[in-house]
Amino acid sequence: MTSFRFDTGGLIDRSSVIDFSFDGKKMQGHSGDTLASALLANGQLLMGRSFKYHRPRSVITAGAAEPNALMEIGEGGRLEPNTRATMQELYDGLVAKSQNRWPTLERDFGAINSIASSFFVAGFYYKTFMWPKRFWEAIYEPIIRRAAGLGHLSHENDPDRYEKAYAHCDVLVVGSGPAGLMAAMAAARSGASVIMADEHATCGGSLLREREEIASQPGHEWAAETLAQLAGMDNVTIMARTTVIGAYDQCVFGALERVQKHTALPDHDVPVEKLWRIMAKACVMATGAEERPIVFGGNDRPGVMTASAMRAYANQFGVAAGRTACVFTSSDSGYRTALDMRSCGVHVEAIIDARANAPDIETHGVPVLTGAVVTNVDGGKHGMKGIEIDRGRGHENIPCQSLAMSGGWSPVVHLACQRGARPSWDEDLHCFMPPQSDPAIIASGSANAIWSLTGCLTDGARRGEQAARQAGCRTMKTPVPKARDEASHGSEAVWWVKQSTGKPFVDYQNDVTARDLPLAAREGYDHIELAKRYTTSGMATDQGKLGNVNAIGILADATGKGIEEIGTTTFRPFYTPVSFGALGGQHVGEHFRPVRMSPLHNWAADLGAEFVETGLWYRSSWFPEKGDDWLAAMTREVLNTRANVGICDVSTLGKIEIKGSDATEFINRLYSNAFAMLPVGKARYGLMLREDGFVGDDGTTSRLSENHYFMTTTTGHAAESMRDIEFAHQALWPELDVQYASVSDQWAQMAIAGPRARDVLAKIVDIDISNEAFGFLAARQIKVLGSIPAMLFRISFSGELAYELAVPAGHGEAVANAIMHAGEPFGIGPYGLEALSAMRIEKGFVTHNEINGRVTAGDVGLGKMLSKKKDYIGRMMSEREGLVDADREQLVGVRPLNPDLRFRAGCHLVNPGDVASLETDQGYVSSVAFSPMLESWVGLAMLKRGRERHGDKIVLWDGLREVQIEAEVCDPVFYDPAQEKAHG
Amino acid sequence: MAYLINCPHCGQRTTDEFYIKGDASKQRPGTIGDDTMNQWHDYVHIRDNVRGRTAEHWHHTGGCRQWLVVERDTVSHEVYAVAPASSRTPGKTSATPARKSAARKTPARNTTSRKTARGEKK
Repeated sequence: MTSFRFDTGGLIDRSSVIDFSFDGKKMQGHSGDTLASALLANGQLLMGRSFKYHRPRSVITAGAAEPNALMEIGEGGRLEPNTRATMQELYDGLVAKSQNRWPTLERDFGAINSIASSFFVAGFYYKTFMWPKRFWEAIYEPIIRRAAGLGHLSHENDPDRYEKAYAHCDVLVVGSGPAGLMAAMAAARSGASVIMADEHATCGGSLLREREEIASQPGHEWAAETLAQLAGMDNVTIMARTTVIGAYDQCVFGALERVQKHTALPDHDVPVEKLWRIMAKACVMATGAEERPIVFGGNDRPGVMTASAMRAYANQFGVAAGRTACVFTSSDSGYRTALDMRSCGVHVEAIIDARANAPDIETHGVPVLTGAVVTNVDGGKHGMKGIEIDRGRGHENIPCQSLAMSGGWSPVVHLACQRGARPSWDEDLHCFMPPQSDPAIIASGSANAIWSLTGCLTDGARRGEQAARQAGCRTMKTPVPKARDEASHGSEAVWWVKQSTGKPFVDYQNDVTARDLPLAAREGYDHIELAKRYTTSGMATDQGKLGNVNAIGILADATGKGIEEIGTTTFRPFYTPVSFGALGGQHVGEHFRPVRMSPLHNWAADLGAEFVETGLWYRSSWFPEKGDDWLAAMTREVLNTRANVGICDVSTLGKIEIKGSDATEFINRLYSNAFAMLPVGKARYGLMLREDGFVGDDGTTSRLSENHYFMTTTTGHAAESMRDIEFAHQALWPELDVQYASVSDQWAQMAIAGPRARDVLAKIVDIDISNEAFGFLAARQIKVLGSIPAMLFRISFSGELAYELAVPAGHGEAVANAIMHAGEPFGIGPYGLEALSAMRIEKGFVTHNEINGRVTAGDVGLGKMLSKKKDYIGRMMSEREGLVDADREQLVGVRPLNPDLRFRAGCHLVNPGDVASLETDQGYVSSVAFSPMLESWVGLAMLKRGRERHGDKIVLWDGLREVQIEAEVCDPVFYDPAQEKAHG
Repeated sequence: MAYLINCPHCGQRTTDEFYIKGDASKQRPGTIGDDTMNQWHDYVHIRDNVRGRTAEHWHHTGGCRQWLVVERDTVSHEVYAVAPASSRTPGKTSATPARKSAARKTPARNTTSRKTARGEKK
């Protein structure tokens, strides 16, 4: 192929040799190379295949906007697809693979699409793959995905670490070209704390790529000196390899730092990428400008690139795409390329200037053809042979190996537009100007359409001072160094060479041609946002950085509207793609979310518990013995508890201590039932409604002393209930003297249940707990094991004689072990969540399975708990018509006629003989358990008018599993309906 | 949405620390009166989709756990004021169109003496 490295020149370190591979071929480059420049140096001009037509492609740019040279970098879990070769630093051992080709880049089967390209017009997919409908998922989509795929994923875990970080500064400078460096210097000299970020490995921006001089030295040397000065200042942080990807409200910016993306084996103690949130007071957007390609036939052929890219490859990396070149330009940038290439020894055949009049620039013998256009490029995967031009007297051919193109410049305005402001078209400068709607985001340099070096340096200094002022600093005037730069910077817009004989591409990455846009307009998609989606122009991973302005120009031309009227599409973060690894940060694997463990976790684990995740909690679910399954274990646990005594960890309950002289009044307003008269030393079951009248949560609250209460909430609702309580006090009734604190994690709580519960507990407590002294619903602060402070409640969620004992979390394990020891003679055994659940279902107690946010107190048989004598949360709305309708679903029990038939929560209820449908639906099953006492599967259900239907037959319908089970409706209390055991 | 909230207790914090409940322009109605059911319906269910200045209840869940009233602009995302919900006098901060309906209501039973009661206690 034609590309090669010059013998001298460039900012690369020719003494260092870096080995890498591309598609398995071993290659070498130098320190300072990007993957793209190293490939060119190795004669590898062909770098990829295009998305739709699989056309051979090479680099078009030397920067972030690159649409063509996308590669898979790395291997195994480190493989990252769609990496821009222009942004990838070369490192020893780098493994790169080309994408979107099969079987090889050289011989690509998909290139056949190019022959059939007349069928692949705008909206092709919408028009073609519509019917038959069943073909879509099975046939069309897999084919399209394979053919039009980008890179592959390895499907292996990423072994590297990622981090998120925060930074604060007065002035954020984005970009480190001439304007950025001067802005950073000016802001820093004014005393502002400055962060300067640049997406490249080496700061300096265009100064590394151009041959202009500042203060009588080469631009890159001046940049290096200025950088050293900045680095020596305490108030300046320089962040290289950092792309500012998004601008958010209040001058907050997102930035991606590629910390170790330039090493084969990253240090595991350091993240490979860091996602920064930068809180600034002002931002200088010195993001530069993007050179626009010209849209003409064959403008995608390997060897064609933007004029500035060709200069960058020559000046910074010492490489060129060919030994001969032509320049096609409508701006003066093309002339600079011709002169730079000429001095590198590349023979420049001609400058083809689309403008009628050439600028006054000495070309040193390079012929200038004015009023001329390139209509086609003769070339393919091995490089260019020549170009076809038209200067008004038919087609002429010029042989050359490379072509630089320049259609003018577009300021990189993204950061100024991401919060919704639109750029405005400047008819004189032929570009979209950054909006000035946010005074904190200050465009500077070529991002502000200042094209001369002197202008950029001066503007940078002034904008840096302005930003420092904005941040509240007293500014100092910063002297601007003298630069020698070209005087002429004119350009004219050429949107589309209509005489093109080859394919003129607008969006390289999505293979959108200049012919697609007028077609979209003709078919009614003439709004820029619609045209974008219909043609897919600007929808690829490059988001149209290169092609969008040309697309807008062509659409304006096709519709007869002005460019201002067409406008731009929406700018959204991120500026360039961000890896999922960086977005995930540290939150992967076990760190994805926190794990909550009860203070009795180890106690349960020592007893062999199986755990189940409920929310963040790991709760002991069942305690297998001799390898029995959950059903056998649960059955054994229930039978033992109901016959002897069991102990269960209930520490996950929400626990809130409430104190204050208005604590009683406050609690009375939170619960729907009366709490004002609760005596000291007593617990009461309480129901909390939401303000809309539905049940929110339940629990027990105990009055430990006159103004001291201990409230429990359900496990799942603990956080929400706490927040609601805080709201009720702070926002609704701040006049109440009340204090509260969540103590969920401070107490280990265990239920001791069963006929022998009292015998067991009596051995460790310091009070008389006989039925007379400590009756049902008694609650008291006591001591256990002599000195451990504890709270004892006589409450029962199992229906048995039962207590709940709370001890400080750190004592939990010791106390639980002591209870096990004390209970040994009485046959004590642990029981888990499964047994707890089965026993509460046997007793018809509700949980959040039943109080699921759309049931009323009346629905679950607790209508009597709605006090009429006070105001409380949800009082008024609970009386609304729909909430007291007699036709509502009500809590019932269901028992299958065949007790062995298992059914699941979620089954719907239908009357026997009815076909299940929305109309015949009678309700649903909310909880199911195997009842060891009844030796039957039983369920709780919500059934229309259920309370009057006890004894009726109903069908449990499970549409997912295609199960229908005949069952009988019954009272929800299956076991001990007289409630004698708990009171005994 | 605004990213930085100036919590009156904790200083400037990021929005991820907060839980947003919603509209704070309405006062909780009382239980006595002819029109209470309509007032309650309005308080619980009716929300304006405000374009512009709003007042909302935010909870600093990841910080001081105080309920705050955040006044912000749904268009410009500017944050005008952040104040503890407990310090709010009825009707004062609701600059939204919802103010009219709020102002029409009879003052809530429990909120009328809020300021004096607080003053005495603290």
